[in-house]
Amino acid sequence: MKVNQLVESSIGDASFLNPILAQDSASSDINGLVFNGLIKYDKNLQGFVGELAESWKVKEGPEPEITFSLRKGVLWHDGKEFTAEDVKFTYDKIMDEKTNTVRRSDYELVKKAEILNPYAFKVTYRQPFSPGLSTWGMGILPKHLLENQDINTTSFNRRPIGTGPFRFVEWVTDERITVEANPKYFDGKPHLDRIIYRIIPDPSLTEMELLTRGIDAYPVWPFEFQRMKEVPFLNVYSQPSLGYTYIGYNLKNPLFQDKRVRQAMTYAINREEIVQYVLYGLGVVANGPFPPQFWYSNPHVKPLPYEPAKARQLLAEAGWKDTNGDGILEKDGKPFSFKLITNSGNETRRDVGVLVQRALKEIGIDVKFEFYEWSVFLKNFINVKAFDACILGWGLSPDPDAYQIWHSSQIEKGFNFVSYRNPEVDRLWEDGRREYDTEKRKAIYWRINELMAEDQPYTFLYVPLGITALQKKFVLVEKDSYGREIYRPIKIEKAGLTYDLIKWYVPGTPVLEK
Amino acid sequence: MLITLVGISIISWVVITQAPGSPIALTMDPKASPKVIEQMMKNYDLDKPIYQQYFLWLKKLFTGKLYSFKDGRPVLEKIEERIWNTLLLNLVAMVITFSLAIPLGVFSARRQYSFLDHLGTFGAYLGISAPTFWLGYLLILGTVMLFGYPVLGMRSFVTEDFTTTELVLDRIWHLMLPSIILAIHSIAGLSRYTRSSMLEVIRQDYVRTARAKGLSEENVYYKHALRNALLPIITIFGFLIPDLIGGAIIMETVFAWPGIGRLSYQAVLARDYPVVMTILSISAVLTLLGNFIADILYGIADPRIRYR
Repeated sequence: MKVNQLVESSIGDASFLNPILAQDSASSDINGLVFNGLIKYDKNLQGFVGELAESWKVKEGPEPEITFSLRKGVLWHDGKEFTAEDVKFTYDKIMDEKTNTVRRSDYELVKKAEILNPYAFKVTYRQPFSPGLSTWGMGILPKHLLENQDINTTSFNRRPIGTGPFRFVEWVTDERITVEANPKYFDGKPHLDRIIYRIIPDPSLTEMELLTRGIDAYPVWPFEFQRMKEVPFLNVYSQPSLGYTYIGYNLKNPLFQDKRVRQAMTYAINREEIVQYVLYGLGVVANGPFPPQFWYSNPHVKPLPYEPAKARQLLAEAGWKDTNGDGILEKDGKPFSFKLITNSGNETRRDVGVLVQRALKEIGIDVKFEFYEWSVFLKNFINVKAFDACILGWGLSPDPDAYQIWHSSQIEKGFNFVSYRNPEVDRLWEDGRREYDTEKRKAIYWRINELMAEDQPYTFLYVPLGITALQKKFVLVEKDSYGREIYRPIKIEKAGLTYDLIKWYVPGTPVLEK
Repeated sequence: MLITLVGISIISWVVITQAPGSPIALTMDPKASPKVIEQMMKNYDLDKPIYQQYFLWLKKLFTGKLYSFKDGRPVLEKIEERIWNTLLLNLVAMVITFSLAIPLGVFSARRQYSFLDHLGTFGAYLGISAPTFWLGYLLILGTVMLFGYPVLGMRSFVTEDFTTTELVLDRIWHLMLPSIILAIHSIAGLSRYTRSSMLEVIRQDYVRTARAKGLSEENVYYKHALRNALLPIITIFGFLIPDLIGGAIIMETVFAWPGIGRLSYQAVLARDYPVVMTILSISAVLTLLGNFIADILYGIADPRIRYR
């Protein structure tokens, strides 16, 4: 029996079907179907397109303003009309200290938010802050249903009402969540009848369910890539992901204060080989803090090549020599030896660590490699900066601003736990947040990319590919120039495979083959 | 008994809240500012001294205002939703276990050192040493390849057009594999206990007396010996009662069974203190209750042990 539905799977159950409270990916996936933001990223993750806002205007100045003109006639799934009241309500709820949301951090620079009329909403910032625009992609909540409720515990969080393309049907705890097409969606009714998220806690059995067609989409691990490609009824899509894996050096440690030493480490590590053997070739060597597929990543900054000879030379210049012939470098009588740590349970990082350990041994650096359980790892090492070097990864958002990770003001309490400090880079991160013009921002981030390639506060390892296997039965429904519906194969965008989900369809006729 | 309970809950509270990690700072989200995280700690009362947190937990538990950190739902509702699923699975497994293990043990004892007894011993060691998750994988793969019918979860995926009979059959189908695997493990252990207990009893004088009276072998074994041999089994039964609602984390994960084991495991990982503490307390109550029930059953099985 062919059903016009998409079945996805998740390892864990969702927590809050409420976009301002949810932090886990299962909840966010469903919230993305049930709720709309004012705007959303376009399919290249570069600019924005309107969702609940038809258009918006940014007025630059010392206190910039964004005015959103809202779409008229948009209905909540219960039939009430959406207005600026709902936007203001959502903003107020996020800013309310009693609401348990980390999203409040995104709006700390907002001076005021006001309703101009039922279809216009204005935000004023205390200072120029260009990453602020993207935060208005936050899902908007219905005021009329949540007004007198405790947002943290309301039953709304388990049966949400939104404006999105799909409306909520049921949530069976730890089993599945179902949503169905919203016939009154402002952008047209989705072609799929429904989408089901099944919760399958064991990854190997998830794969088995995919192969017996119990689920339609599956996030593929690199080691499964080859065998998934050979399955006749699956299409496999891949795309560099929004994040990278790195070795962070504690710059408070005298060992790593000389940038020649850090450069030497990067020269000594064969990152191509790591991608080849750990990721089965399914990744890209990183050249800095930006994934290479984006406009703000500088294509002229080439990743440092693998040159152990160069590494030895740089270390010698920095004063590291093997004086006692034990194969380990020394300086002032002290051997070059440090502890590399990562969190346990991540096999990729474990393999990376072993390769790094071996590579550094080649140039005379002794590395001890240890793992700790995630919360111990954060509490005893990272948060208190009591580590030499660590292997970790960042998941990023499409906006290039990474002030919280790199600015020297973030050493004390923020996420700059490697204590990186470069006044020019500091200034550039500040400029980047102040500048609204994309071309000017690009110049700023390209420069940051150059400076950080020189400084090497991290050894930026790689950007992994995100891989998805999907049953071949799905097509994209599009209109041709005569207005007739035609089927096209589904393709992956920078914004992900499901960007055009509302156009997906399972044709009753035999499935299109490529 | 109450004092024991309070003691257990205090010790668990200390152990759980002093483990590294906090419910909030577990994700490294560079967009979360320290100020907001501090405010959230305050909202969850995590800034208060530990003894105050303990009393707050107790107070909230008894006023029904205890909410999970993870999804803001009432803790008791979350537990109630899953407890029946776990109970169903474990009850079925327990019935299978007792109805197979005891006859098996008695049989082995009667034919001590026969080929079948050795086979039983071998099987028991196999059952005890085979990891349950591995057995689970094998059985799932085997069943899916043989019947091509899904086994994961508590019910089939599309059940809208099912009749009531089909729904019941479907539930039984989904119960079968996980309960069999849970049972295999305990059958292996329990049949050994029964066997050795039986062997000990049949050497007793009263069994010889019974035989000397000219009673049939069946009568000797099943009426006189078995009843006495069951005493240690009752102790084990008492221990198994708290297991009825916990202790199946691996099976629940492998079979995607929505039960208490998975809930408590996820709660520990997320440092969801209210949920972890409440489940632990329920287990403590059940353990004490299990001991109590075992005591009563002793009395029934053995008239010498009667409470006055």
